Amino acid sequence: MSKNIDMWALIEKNKRNTFILITVFIVFMAALGYIFGYVYGNGYYGLAIGFTVALVTGIAVYYGGGSVVLGISGAKKIDKKDSPQLFNVVEEMAVASGLPMPEIYIIYDTAPNAFATGRNPAHAKIAVTLGLLQKLNRDELQGVVAHEMSHVKNYDILYATLVGVLVGSVALLCDFFLRYTFFSGGRRSRRDSKGGGGAQAVLMIIAIVLAVLAPIFAKLLQLAVSRQREYLADATGVQLTRNPLALAGALEKISGDTEVLEAANRATQHLYIVNPIKSFEARAKTTSLFSTHPPIQERISILKALAHQQ
Amino acid sequence: MALILIIFLVLLLVLVLMFIGIYNSLVKLRNRVKNAWSQIDVQLKRRYDLIPNLVETAKGYLKHEREVLENVTKARTQAIQADKGVAEQAKAENFLTQTLRSLFAVVENYPDLKANQNMLALQEELTSTENKISFARQHYNDSVMVFNTKIEMFPSNMVASMLNFKQQEFFEVESEEEKKPVNVKF
Repeated sequence: MSKNIDMWALIEKNKRNTFILITVFIVFMAALGYIFGYVYGNGYYGLAIGFTVALVTGIAVYYGGGSVVLGISGAKKIDKKDSPQLFNVVEEMAVASGLPMPEIYIIYDTAPNAFATGRNPAHAKIAVTLGLLQKLNRDELQGVVAHEMSHVKNYDILYATLVGVLVGSVALLCDFFLRYTFFSGGRRSRRDSKGGGGAQAVLMIIAIVLAVLAPIFAKLLQLAVSRQREYLADATGVQLTRNPLALAGALEKISGDTEVLEAANRATQHLYIVNPIKSFEARAKTTSLFSTHPPIQERISILKALAHQQ
Repeated sequence: MALILIIFLVLLLVLVLMFIGIYNSLVKLRNRVKNAWSQIDVQLKRRYDLIPNLVETAKGYLKHEREVLENVTKARTQAIQADKGVAEQAKAENFLTQTLRSLFAVVENYPDLKANQNMLALQEELTSTENKISFARQHYNDSVMVFNTKIEMFPSNMVASMLNFKQQEFFEVESEEEKKPVNVKF
């Protein structure tokens, strides 16, 4: 029973985090609107616009976030005739978990990986790469799909998708603004200083606000990739298949594969069963913020220990 | 005096709301159990539907093994007709599973049949259906466990006994043979 209690607690936590995320996003956009409005005449006018934009965006992302994530990952929807075995395996896990049948997508990339997205179990979507179908056997595929179905059941998909789309786009905005203000922005202002005093000050304020908010967004991303979430999805997945070794084998194959998944990026990496950006820590400067991604070896050894218990 | 009355009314309201909440969750869980049970039937029916195709495909190749095919057909008919009780149904389904196993064992000796595209597709479908049957049973038992626990635990046990919610039965696996995981070898 303790596993069930953990699961309900996690679902609650996911819904709470989703609420916090959307609130932070709306406040952020409203503040941004206020700053712009203040400079161009009326702060409250800008605030209203910022708030409205945030609200509309929030609703759009809630309903369409899954499609956005699938779109930027280059995933194509398939029917049963395209891949009968994959379809069957997903159907088996839907039966085992008592959830509705999710939509199935394939990413035409030979690097093996998989993720789930959507806003709730009735609108869930599971995407796997072609490489996963080629390199895993039926049992291993079943283990991976069970892991993804667990994310669906625990509402991880809603939070992870919103984080990906909202935080991902804001992070891009941050990058853009910081670069613009500190490099090109600074130089340009000296050349045509006539119109620029107020606008220049605004950009500086925005840069500072973004610098303050960046750690908060990083924290939200960190929550999305917490160890607990992945461990629980592994454990719940095994509850469905009763076959921990198959999932362990799948994780070994996926993490041992050297191919790079082209479609993955900073906004979507946390969705995948195994982080597809393998050299991410080496490449990014914000390493420590992302280093809580669960080490794959630990996940594998937990699964193997489970197998010995049985 | 008025204060006491208000406190009493608020307490009553809280109790009524709790009662409604517990009753609704009991109904929800009981429906989940019912739905899980009907899922098993859906998958069993799917297996019945697949078997005629399988027999048709194999017939051309297995001219000297007519008996095996006849057994499968017979077991299917028996399983469809056996709807008198859970025990008899389970026995008939077990028999069907066994005849299918021996059919697939025979297929091993016929490379042409084994390589037949139609046969391969049917084997994938049957493997998956066998899996779905056992997953559906597993899900049924999980749902029953959650429901039964709710009925036994305080305070939902009071609502349950008042409104006559009864413990649901687990699906028990009959024989030792059935306890082994279903494994159709290709």
